[in-house]
Formats: sequence, C-alpha cells, structure tokens
Amino acid sequence: MDELIKATYNNGNPLPEFNNAAQVWNHNFFWESMEPRGGDMPKLGLLDQIEKDFGSFTNFKEKFVDAALTLFGSGWVWLVLKRQERRLEVVKTSNAINPLVWNDIPIINLDVWEHAYYLDYKNDRAAYVKNFLDHLVSWDVATARMIRAEAFVNLGEPKIPVA
Amino acid sequence: MALRTLLSCRTLAAAVKPELGFSVGLRSLVTFSLPDLPYDYGALEPAISGEIMQLHHQKHHQAYITNYNKALEQLELAMSKGDAPSVVKLQSAIKFNGGGHVNHSIFWKNLAPVREGGGEPPKGSLGWAIDTHFGSLEALAQKMSTEGAALQGSGWVWLGVDKELKKLVVETTVNQDPLVTKGPSLVPLVGIDVWEHAYYLQYKNVRPDYLKNIWKVINWKYASEVFEKECP
Repeated sequence: MDELIKATYNNGNPLPEFNNAAQVWNHNFFWESMEPRGGDMPKLGLLDQIEKDFGSFTNFKEKFVDAALTLFGSGWVWLVLKRQERRLEVVKTSNAINPLVWNDIPIINLDVWEHAYYLDYKNDRAAYVKNFLDHLVSWDVATARMIRAEAFVNLGEPKIPVA
Repeated sequence: MALRTLLSCRTLAAAVKPELGFSVGLRSLVTFSLPDLPYDYGALEPAISGEIMQLHHQKHHQAYITNYNKALEQLELAMSKGDAPSVVKLQSAIKFNGGGHVNHSIFWKNLAPVREGGGEPPKGSLGWAIDTHFGSLEALAQKMSTEGAALQGSGWVWLGVDKELKKLVVETTVNQDPLVTKGPSLVPLVGIDVWEHAYYLQYKNVRPDYLKNIWKVINWKYASEVFEKECP
C-alpha cells in the first residue's frame, strides 16, 4: 500500500487511483490510532521525544489542536517523525494526502473531513479534536509505531546513566 | 475635516447601509454581516432539511463572515504599517473566508421554496441558452451532478456565464474558491455547495442523492436575472 501511494502520488501530480488508495491507508491508520479508553499521556521514550521536540506534552497538544482548527476544507492532522529533520512534528494535509509521499513516518493521525465529526459534533470541530486527544488516541499504538520508526531514523544515542 | 463632520458622515453611513449587509466605520473599513435568508429554514424541505439550513446559515456562513472581517481588519493594519509579509500571509485567510461569504451569499439566492418557484425550469433567454448549449435542463443537471459528485474533498459546482464569450460553462472550484478564480470573466449563475456540511446530516455520505434532490429547489428566476444582465 505504501508503495502504491507513493507511486500514484506521482510527485505532486496525483493519478486517479491516488485518492482512493491514500484514503484506504489513511482510514486504516486512523482506526488503529484510537482505542476505547484512550487519551491520557504517552510514556517513557515517546514522551521524552515529544518533550524534546515540542517543549512539553501540553505544547504538542496545542499545536495539534491548532493544526486541526486551521486546516481549511477537508484533510488530516498528523504527528509524524520527519526523516530528514529527525524530529517529531505536527503536520496537516489536504484531502487524501499522506506524509508517506514526503517519505516521513506517521505516528498518529486525525480525520478532519467533515464526515468524521458532523453527525456527532455538527460544526464544532474543536470539541471533536479535544475529545480525540482526551479520550480516544492510542498512545500504545503510537509507541509501537515509534519503536518501528526508530529502526529507520537515527534519533541519537540513548541516554545511559553514569554509574 | 472637523470631528463633528466625520461623526455625522459615519452616522449617515450607518443609517443608510445596514440593510445592504455591511457597515462603514470611521476608518472607512467596510465590514460584513450575515444576510437574512429570503425564506424559513424549513421551507426547502424535503430537499434540504431545516436543521441543515439553520446550521449552514447561522454557524458556517456566520463563521466565514466573522473570520473575513477579522482578516480584513488585520490586513488594513498591516497595509497601514507597510508590513508586506503580513499582507501576503493574510491572503489565504481572505480567500477562504471572503470566498465563503461570497459563495454562500449567492447560494441562498440560488435556492427557493417550491411554492415560490423553486425547481421551476428557466424560461426566456437562459432556458434557451441551456437547451442550446447542453441539450436540455436535464442534461445540464446531470452534468453538474456528476461533476459535483466527483469533486474530491470540499468545493462547489457552478453554472456560470462567460461574460466576454457570452457562453454558459459548468465548472468546479475547491474549498471556498469563488468561480472567478477559474476565469476572470466568469459570472456565477447557480452554485451548489458540495462541502459535507451542506448535506451530511440528511444524506450522510450519499452526495449523489443530495445532488439529485437539490434541483427541486433551485431558483431559476434569480439565475435568469443574472444571466440577462450579462447577456442582454
């Protein structure tokens, strides 16, 4: 699937198959990014990395919410591990676009197409995003994805305690 | 100019302008307000539910206006300071929100309850132009519905007239881009909102059903007026 998405993205001039392929990937990823009693906080290494790249977990959440609220039209909000920059970032993409096309590694995503929240929240996208972060996001899954991502991106030496 | 004269200009402006949907402040920045619908929220049922009409008008359109006014104020400030980067940065907010206001203002006029002529086919020169260019009204509706259904993400499908070439066109625009972004001589006659908020509560994901039913409340009288003005 990953290869199909990169190929049909066609370097910014997407082929007709791209939308459906990418949206399949995006939605699969989304379902797995959530769990019934999710929310709370990430732990250990992932939390360390978030604090390193955002300053604090609260700051990460603010950036995530801001991205969701300033995304115009349909799209997705992502926590990604940027391969070149070797850091976590929040990115927003339009319609079906997926950070795989830039060779980055998604950690979690949130669907902000109106269909994702309209029946439950009407136009109140802010309430939907906050509920996702507070109650749905699966930091366990995010951690597993981060562990896998670290096989591809060198985030530096692990901290070894002295004595 | 004496302060008293300035104040009376403003008072005069405020007295004259409100029904036109905008007001002029002391600094002569024109801001916008939500236009009233020419019909009740429930008047377009069963084609479009009253719940959707109310949310669409009071929440979505209002939000575009609020944010457009805010962006215009910020723009005016940036321009007065000669802050070029800020002026450029504000362009997308102006396009999104200003476009949203422009498009929805047209949309409310494009719709009418059945008892006020909604759905009645266009007569006169627009009816003739549609038959000539598309074969029939049904063919036009089919074309617009197909293009509207195929639009990825959020946007609009339009029937417009090219005022230079004097011909009808069917176009789509993304997000809140007004029709004029597809061609400077294009004038919108009928626009159909295909953002999910326009139909989801009633039609869920079945956008084609929304597009099939909306023709029952399209106000061809308004479209004809606009057309006859551009192509007398």
